[in-house]
Amino acid sequence: MEKVIDNQGVKLHLVKTDKYKTNTIVFKMKAPIEKEYATTRALLPYVLQSGTNTYPSFTELRTYLENLYGATLSVDLQKKGEYHIISITMEVANEKFLKQSEPLLDKALTLLADVLFNPRSANDSFDEQIVAKEKRTLKQRIQAVNDDKMRYANLRLIQEMCKDEPYAIPVNGILEDVDQITAQSLYNYYQDSLSSDELDLYIVGDFTEEEVIQSCQAKFQLKSRTSKKVEQTNIRKRVKENVIIEKQDVAQGKLNMGLRTNTRYGEDDYFALQVFNGLFGGFPHSKLFINVREKASLAYYAASRLESHKGLMLVMTGIETKNYEKAVTIIKEQLQAMKNGDFTEADIEQTKAVIQNQMLETLDTSRGLVEVLYHNVISGGNVSEEVWKEKIADVTKENILQVGEKIQLDTIYFLSGLEA
Amino acid sequence: MERLLFDQLDEELYYEKMTNGLDVYILPKKGFNKTFATFTTKYGSIDNYFVPLGQKDLKLVPDGIAHFLEHKMFEKEDGDVFGQFSKQGASANAFTSFTRTAYLFSSTTNVKENLETLINFVQEPYFTEKTVEKEKGIIGQEIQMYNDNPDWRLYFGAIENMYHNHPVKIDIAGTIDSIAKITKDLLYECYHTFYHPSNMLLFVVGPVNPQEMMNFIKDNQAKKPFTDQPEIERKFAKEPTAVAKKEQVLHMNVQTPKIMVGIKGSYTNQKGDTLLKNELSTQLLMDLLFNQSSENYREMYDAGLIDDSFSYDYTQEESFSFALVGGDTREPEQLQEKLTSILKQAKSAKNLSEEALERVKKNRIGSFLRALNSPEYIANQFTRYAFNEMDLFKVVPMLEEITFSDVKKVANDLIADDRLTVCKVLPKNS
Repeated sequence: MEKVIDNQGVKLHLVKTDKYKTNTIVFKMKAPIEKEYATTRALLPYVLQSGTNTYPSFTELRTYLENLYGATLSVDLQKKGEYHIISITMEVANEKFLKQSEPLLDKALTLLADVLFNPRSANDSFDEQIVAKEKRTLKQRIQAVNDDKMRYANLRLIQEMCKDEPYAIPVNGILEDVDQITAQSLYNYYQDSLSSDELDLYIVGDFTEEEVIQSCQAKFQLKSRTSKKVEQTNIRKRVKENVIIEKQDVAQGKLNMGLRTNTRYGEDDYFALQVFNGLFGGFPHSKLFINVREKASLAYYAASRLESHKGLMLVMTGIETKNYEKAVTIIKEQLQAMKNGDFTEADIEQTKAVIQNQMLETLDTSRGLVEVLYHNVISGGNVSEEVWKEKIADVTKENILQVGEKIQLDTIYFLSGLEA
Repeated sequence: MERLLFDQLDEELYYEKMTNGLDVYILPKKGFNKTFATFTTKYGSIDNYFVPLGQKDLKLVPDGIAHFLEHKMFEKEDGDVFGQFSKQGASANAFTSFTRTAYLFSSTTNVKENLETLINFVQEPYFTEKTVEKEKGIIGQEIQMYNDNPDWRLYFGAIENMYHNHPVKIDIAGTIDSIAKITKDLLYECYHTFYHPSNMLLFVVGPVNPQEMMNFIKDNQAKKPFTDQPEIERKFAKEPTAVAKKEQVLHMNVQTPKIMVGIKGSYTNQKGDTLLKNELSTQLLMDLLFNQSSENYREMYDAGLIDDSFSYDYTQEESFSFALVGGDTREPEQLQEKLTSILKQAKSAKNLSEEALERVKKNRIGSFLRALNSPEYIANQFTRYAFNEMDLFKVVPMLEEITFSDVKKVANDLIADDRLTVCKVLPKNS
């Protein structure tokens, strides 16, 4: 479904479909996450979307977007394994559904190129005022995690579990590092990124392929580069799991547990790991939901998810502080039950069915589709939808047990209420 | 079966009313893998004072019971329905709002089986004292999760400020104390009053054959012995136009203060096109005042009063309406003053521009098209609109029709000193 065209420095991915009323554009910049630059990188996209030399302020840029029938422009950062990914996403109405028709997709591509290559700047520096404002907002964004206890507990677990690994660096950077960024240093980083990051441009929707290719070739002219690869970090083996308990004034304790799967996206047994996670905690029929919530009545949510490119499985639940021991015991028992093969063929089939369903549903949204395709860029592999379906279908109980043997509990983090 | 065409949007909708009163809508979506269906009752957290089926007198039920009932619908004698859905490759869920309780699934295979499961589980209640007691622990933790969430507390704090009597001020999940009073008999009483097909709507959207699907639903319903039910009698206490409280401060375990300015709406008992027009006009007014291209947004952002958590919204239902605006801020006092003064000035249409209105209308039209990519949006919103006798597919023509004087009128109607209120969340030690 995806057509990939190498356009020198940026790889173009086109997916043609008429199921949407809009066209979606996603531009991705990938580089290894590094402590020294993470905060600068987290600031960059927000400065880029604050004004261009054509639309010199945020207000003017937003005014233009509204005139393009509410085109959206949003920026976002993610960690995928030990890569720090910048995404700039635009979504624009397909003019065939409008009374007046203007070539909206092409205008959106022009604007994206403007944001990327012609940001508001002079003399090799971004605008001082814009940078100052965005630094202030970045600080608030970094601090906001402290006020969202679910996100906070997850962040703290990763910090403790992956101490000394680049993965521990928070996606929005480090508060103390914000002040030292200047309009010049950010501009230097910007130029370096454009010349050395791995760049991918996805366009999903109903368009004329030829036109879009030509337009992109004209608008996105970049030098070829070799993408930087992350070296696999050595992870110290724990003899006994690491337990971190932090007390705060909270009504509900947050229990987050981190496991090493020692299996990553792109590896052969990754598919078995997905089924393992599905049986263990991915769904409302999984062991965690049934045992922690339905049987013991301890929690409202109890689930696990994979950090596919890092090789982690993360368990999360919210409980009364006094139930900490009880919940940890149940979760450990469920993990052991998984490792012992305490599940039936019918359980496996059920789990495969919901995994397949989840994937197909993800592919129904343009952004979901782009995220799925982008997994291949991160892993350097090439798993198509068909291959993925077959591989999931082929997973056996034996495979699940084998992948389960490699899973180890690493760290338990508990954000405890003050009462206990 | 009726067929309704929306040429400009390239959509077609099929409708039929079942003999038991259930409204069924089917919207085929080409190219999609997924079918999404919602089965919704016009019964939400605000419906806490009503005449139970077969009785004569009004009855007040415990806070949070509609939401509790939603949870309990999933448990049956032979296990829980989530398991049934996942055996059929579907994912299922439900939610309770102020005015609705919706049950839903999405699946890419076994669509008919899943649809049958959805309809049957909602139409076959099974409550026991034991399972009701067990649920209290689970919902108790759901309530505690929200208690720790400052954004939720801020939102509800603002609504609570506005209302003297209207049950919209009560948290949808209730409190740990209020749910302790819920029994299986009370659940059955609410169920039988509000879950009759004539109070419900089924919406199916996805790559389906509409005729086949409609027949399937019709056969299912024909097999069930529903008898006609009189119209439900709900009662809301009289609500003054002014807010109940001008200000409320919540001290919480947060680092960044938050504020929400609320305006208690002046429109009540509206429905159909009137409601649609007023809701859209007020949303356009809010866009003019606060969206990212507005001068106000620029000023507040430049002054460091707001960050990217800033948001605003206007909701109008039959018995209540309110506008909310706010977010995280280092300067709660200054932001409160600024937001209040923007609103007060807008009453006399000062600083509202006709040119900007054309732009925010275009913006809303584009957003609406984007939303139509989402089967979830279509099913949920269509149902909400239908319960208010509005038509979701009239949004674009209505937006095109709204004039500058319509927006000025809603500004004048909505904004008043005694309908303004503010809620703040401040760090505990401040």
